[in-house]
Amino acid sequence: MKRYNALAILREGLRLHRGWPRAWASPEPKSEYDVVIVGAGGHGLATAYYLGRNHGITNVAVLEKGWLGGGNTGRNTTIIRSNYLQDPSAAIYEKARALYETMSRDLNLNVMFSPRGVMMLAQTEHEKRGYLRTAEANALQGVETEFISPARVKELVPMINLEGPRYPVLGALWQARGGTARHDAVAWGYARACSDMGMHIIQQCEVTGIERRGGRVSAVNTTRGRIGCGKLALIVAGHSGRLAEMAGFRLPIESVALQAMVSEPIKPMLDVVVMANTVHGYISQSDKGELVIGGGADGYNNYTQRGSFHHIEETVRALCETFPAIGRLRMMRQWGGIVDMTGDRSPILSKTPLPGCYVNCGWGTGGFKAIPGSGWAMAELVANDAPGPLAAPFSLSRFREGRFIDESVAAGVAH
Amino acid sequence: MLILTCPYCGVNADETELAPGGEAHLRRAGPDASDAEFEAYMFERRNPCGVHFERWRHAAGCGKWFIAARATDTLEVFATYKAQCTAPPADVIRAIRARRPDWEGWK
Repeated sequence: MKRYNALAILREGLRLHRGWPRAWASPEPKSEYDVVIVGAGGHGLATAYYLGRNHGITNVAVLEKGWLGGGNTGRNTTIIRSNYLQDPSAAIYEKARALYETMSRDLNLNVMFSPRGVMMLAQTEHEKRGYLRTAEANALQGVETEFISPARVKELVPMINLEGPRYPVLGALWQARGGTARHDAVAWGYARACSDMGMHIIQQCEVTGIERRGGRVSAVNTTRGRIGCGKLALIVAGHSGRLAEMAGFRLPIESVALQAMVSEPIKPMLDVVVMANTVHGYISQSDKGELVIGGGADGYNNYTQRGSFHHIEETVRALCETFPAIGRLRMMRQWGGIVDMTGDRSPILSKTPLPGCYVNCGWGTGGFKAIPGSGWAMAELVANDAPGPLAAPFSLSRFREGRFIDESVAAGVAH
Repeated sequence: MLILTCPYCGVNADETELAPGGEAHLRRAGPDASDAEFEAYMFERRNPCGVHFERWRHAAGCGKWFIAARATDTLEVFATYKAQCTAPPADVIRAIRARRPDWEGWK
C-alpha cells in the first residue's frame, strides 16, 4: 500500500498524479475463504479490518451486491455520538467514538473526523428530565456529557431561536467530543486497509443463496458463482431479513425508509451538530457549506429507498421554527436509505440458529456512528465463535429472554 | 405519498391520515405456547422485499383498523380489506397474482 502523506502528495503533484495505485484491488473471487462477509458497507468492512488487525484472520472476502459504501454508509447524516442511556449501548458507541478519534491515523486515510460537539435539544419538560437522567447515566458510564442551560445553547449556536412557538429550548444534552466524519472516507479507508492485508473486496456480487453441510454453513451462492466459507457474517442492514430467510431463520427486524437532505451551500453558520429529537430535525453544516439535515423514519415497511414527503415537510417545518435564519434556503438533494429497525431500537450482533453464520444488523437509524465499535465487536464474535463483552448484550436471544436494551424508550425517538 | 382506500368508509386516505400497525395476520401464541413460539409472535417478522400484508388504522378518519396488501419494493398497493379475517380473502390473492404471477404466496 502506498502511504498517503504530504511528501507523497508533493511528489505525485510534480508528476501529474500518475503514480497513485488503486486504493483497493478488485480481484476475482476465490473458491473458498475462511470468512465471508456479506455487505461492504462501513460495518462489514470494519468487521473485516478488525478480523485482520485484532485476530490475524486475513483469508476474508467482503461481498457487495452494489458498490462499496453505497448503501446506508453513503446515505446517513454522519453524526457521531455516544450519549446513550443504557450501559451496553454506551459501551459500544463510546468504543466507536473513541476509535473514530484515531481512525485517520490508523487507516492512513483522512476520514475528516470533526469532534465539533453534538447538542441534543430538550424541548419539552419530559425530554429535559430524560436528558438530565442520561447525563447522570453517562457520568457513571465514563461518557463525557453534560446538561447545559438555554443560555449556553445560545452561546454555542447563536442563530438558534430559544423561544420557538411550539417547542422552546429548555436546555440540551451536550457531548463536546461527538461530531461528524466523512462517511464515504470511512468505507474507503477500511476497504483500502483490508485490501492491503490481502482480503478480497468483491463488488457487484449479490448473494442468492446460502448452502449448509453437516448442520453448518458451508458456502454462499452468488451472481459471481459459488464461494465456500468457513464462517459467514451477514452485515447488510435493511436487507438482513432477506439473507436471514436464505439462512433459514427470521429476525425481529422491519425495514423502513429514513430520509435526509442537504441545502445549497452557504457561509459557515453552524459549527456544532444540533439534534431536535422531539420534532425530528437533525442538522449540521458540512465542510462544503451545505446544511445536512436528517428527518424521521417512515412507519411502514419499505425497500425502495424513497420515503414519504410529509416527513420532509415536518422536519423542515421544525427546523425553520428552531433556526428561522434558514427559512429561505433551497434544498439541493434529498434521498432515502433503508434502515433495519428492531423492537427495542438496539442492534443485533449475534450467533444465529445456523452454526458458523453470524449476524450484525438492526442499527436502525443510527449505524454510522457505531461503525468502528461494531466492527471491533463483530470481529471478536466471528473470530472466537463467542461474543466479547461489547457484543454479548446484543444477542438475538435477548428478545426471547426479555433482556431488551430499550433505547426507544430512552430517547423517545428513532435514532 | 401513500394513499390507501379505507374499506369501511371508502375514503381514499393519504398516509398522514393513517397510522401504520405492522405485519398483519399474526397469530397470537396461546397459553400453552413455548417461549420460542411466543417470541416468534412478538418479534419475528417476515419483512419481505415484495408483497406485504400490513395493518393500518384510519386514525384521522373513521378510526377503524383495516389491512392493506402492498408491495414494499415498488410501493404498489394491490388491495385493502377489512381487518375481520385471519387470512387474505381470495379476491385479494387474485389481485396480487394478476400483478405478480411468480409471487410465492402469503404464507
